[in-house]
Amino acid sequence: MAAFTLAAALAAAPMGSPAFAAKDELVIGMTQFPSNWHPSMEAMMAKSYVLSMARRPFTAYDADWRLTCLLCTELPALDKGTAEVETRPDGKKGIKVTYTINPKATWGDGTPVTTEDVLFTWTVGKHPQSGYSNFDLFARDIVAIDAKDERTFTIHRDKAVCSYAEINDFEILPAHLERAVFEADPATYRNRSKYETDTTNPGLWFGPYRIAQVEPGSHVVLEPNPTWWGAKPAFKRVIVKSIENTAALEANLLAGQVDMVPGETGLPLDQVLAFEKRHGSRYNVFYKPGLFFEHIELNLDNPALADLRVRRALLHAIDREAISKQLYGGRQPVAHNEISPLDRVHAPGYPIYAFDPALAAKLLDEAGWSERRAGVRHNAKGERLSLEIMTTAGNRSREVLQQVLQAQWRQAGVEVRIVNEPARVLFGDTLEKRRFKSMVLFSWISAPENIPRTILHSSMIPTEANNWAGQNYTGYRNPEMDKVLEDLEHVCEPDANRALWAKLQTLYAQDLPNLPLFFRADPFILPSWLEGVVPTGHLDSSTLWIETWKAKE
Amino acid sequence: MTRFLASRLLQALAVLLLMSFVITVLMTLMPGDPVDMMLAGNPRATPADAARLKALYGLDKPLLERYGHWLQAALAGDFGFSRLYAQPVLTILLPRLGNTLLLLGAAMALTLAVALPLGVYAARRPYGWADNAINLFCFAGISVPAFWLALLLILLFAVELQWLPASGLGPVGGEGWWERLPYLVLPVASLTLASIGGYTRYVRAAMMGELRQDYVRTARAKGLGEGRVVWRHALRNATIPIVTIVALEFGALFSGALVTETMFAWPGMGKLIYDSIMGNDLNVALVALLFATLTTLAGNLLADAAYAGLDPRISFKGDGA
Repeated sequence: MAAFTLAAALAAAPMGSPAFAAKDELVIGMTQFPSNWHPSMEAMMAKSYVLSMARRPFTAYDADWRLTCLLCTELPALDKGTAEVETRPDGKKGIKVTYTINPKATWGDGTPVTTEDVLFTWTVGKHPQSGYSNFDLFARDIVAIDAKDERTFTIHRDKAVCSYAEINDFEILPAHLERAVFEADPATYRNRSKYETDTTNPGLWFGPYRIAQVEPGSHVVLEPNPTWWGAKPAFKRVIVKSIENTAALEANLLAGQVDMVPGETGLPLDQVLAFEKRHGSRYNVFYKPGLFFEHIELNLDNPALADLRVRRALLHAIDREAISKQLYGGRQPVAHNEISPLDRVHAPGYPIYAFDPALAAKLLDEAGWSERRAGVRHNAKGERLSLEIMTTAGNRSREVLQQVLQAQWRQAGVEVRIVNEPARVLFGDTLEKRRFKSMVLFSWISAPENIPRTILHSSMIPTEANNWAGQNYTGYRNPEMDKVLEDLEHVCEPDANRALWAKLQTLYAQDLPNLPLFFRADPFILPSWLEGVVPTGHLDSSTLWIETWKAKE
Repeated sequence: MTRFLASRLLQALAVLLLMSFVITVLMTLMPGDPVDMMLAGNPRATPADAARLKALYGLDKPLLERYGHWLQAALAGDFGFSRLYAQPVLTILLPRLGNTLLLLGAAMALTLAVALPLGVYAARRPYGWADNAINLFCFAGISVPAFWLALLLILLFAVELQWLPASGLGPVGGEGWWERLPYLVLPVASLTLASIGGYTRYVRAAMMGELRQDYVRTARAKGLGEGRVVWRHALRNATIPIVTIVALEFGALFSGALVTETMFAWPGMGKLIYDSIMGNDLNVALVALLFATLTTLAGNLLADAAYAGLDPRISFKGDGA
């Protein structure tokens, strides 16, 4: 029977097998499947990528890395009077900012998007039992919201920060659908939200597309939203397929079952470089350098790494230009600082650490690691200059990079052992509780003009006393840097603000709390018939502008 | 028989209870707190936020108390919610279980349909050219890594020939079984090719043993036809160890399907178990692993029942041992 079934299937296959997708349908293949659908529970790139087709945040950074209004009509500004510094009851300086919701904005069931939705969203976000992970925004940053009318509202923020206009994370909820669910029991709302129990309800969505079908772990189908107020989207159907194995994803692309693979959550760079060589003529392959900052986190409590000369020597001993060329086809630019040269606040002029083995050797000698035994440097106490480097086990690209680094440091007399861990362990305990001995290779993703306070401020060093909060895993302490990070939040006058950003980058380069390696480039593989896709290179997905995507005429 | 079944069911309940506790303990001992993982990407989260969420998910309670609450709810039919998927555990799990059972059931049926005649044929003509060829095929099947075979099948039948779809459960919007059938072919072929070798070798070994037995010689001496001797007498006895292996394989089904499910983007239990463990989603991991235990127990029970059918000398009268 089984043999018959298989034979029947084989016979039927040519009819059942999908041909190349019609051009009024777009099939996107990615390596993750969104685990849930509520826009503010559990942030993950795959979910953000899909939801950006069906929702719009009030504000987002566009492909030119400028803050822009997507759901509001105009960005609030001090000079326009839509933003105003105010004194809080406790005497501190706060700021109030006024937004107007696009008057055409409508939920997919025809209900207008109003300030009632804004107030409801705030109620949910600041409720201690709601399960929101960005609780701080709702419960501490926003201290009050006044609804002026159905479309206009004013947010009062706790601090008069320069980035007052940005509310990218304020993901609005439809009060007419979610209020009853939330009020019935806030403690279980995260499980009973209609986003989870009735995902295809049109009223939950208000982007150019709405989610029409979900096959968990397999695919999501999006169809045009008839109540969308912007430009009409081109495709009758967008299907997002999840194929976690990257080799299988590539095969699906070649088989025509998938039209495109986005850079946001698609194939690794080395695989796309190889793919481009073999099949590049059939596809539009391009690389978007962005805000993924590949670096080596250092444990500054390690006596060897606490010495700035050793940190500088480690960086001088690596030929990052050669690595970029050999491993990444020159597509991944070398990073000399935490702040990307593509960011508006980048300020060149800070020290740069070029490949210089002689200088590396001199610095290590000066640091006391002068005696070489069997190629490894030792100090006067007879201690070996031996370090560990960790990364996420199974990440082939990083594992290759580790081996190259190990070999280059060996040339400089530094012994480096590779000790990798699964992501859940590395990012769970090892980094968070600062249990790494010397070095960890991973990347930070950021938004444009993002102040790296959580990474570089001394108050952000995770300790048992603060319940391991903060991301200053290196244990970097510099009062001057702390002051710059604090001032950057509220010194908004352009010249003074620019000077602070320049100071931050100089301090970083002087102190080297971590070792900058590369700015990662997201590789995109698009069919040659598709146009309009503009990658952003940061946290906000290219799908926020999916209505501009279309098949070439 | 009734007493035997009752005794085995009680044993199964005890094993499930024990396993649920052991899984809870092991998942709790694994590094990485669920809330810490959840907040890892949020630089604004404070210790107070972490404490609030831990209390919300009951993670601030001692292990025994948490287990007690889970057990009490589970006995009432409530297996809790998935922290990752924000849905009831069974809502996530049951469709995946169905997908995996369909995939593995088809693969198992096809494997046996091929392995039984192939093994019997090889056993009847040991060390001849046909046996050698079958052995070669078997060892090749056993040796080929599952992911490589899957990829090869995709490249050949989906990329080059474009006869079959490369992945997924079925065409988007297609609900009919005939539409979904082509999607089953490559994953089933991948699983089958990998397991035919092993099963053929088992059948061959068992059959060779049986064909040397006195009762076979007697049957032949009595003038029974060769077909009847082989297929009705020898194979019936040779099937007993095969049934044991099939029963044991049942337990490994879910985890064994992980590679195939990943390669063919087939949303099944293997992938769910892996994701729930890596994502520290205790409720899902617990119930999914209990399903795997239950399947092993059910497989063994069925195997015991099948023994009685295959060999009348086996009886479940008495103490049910």
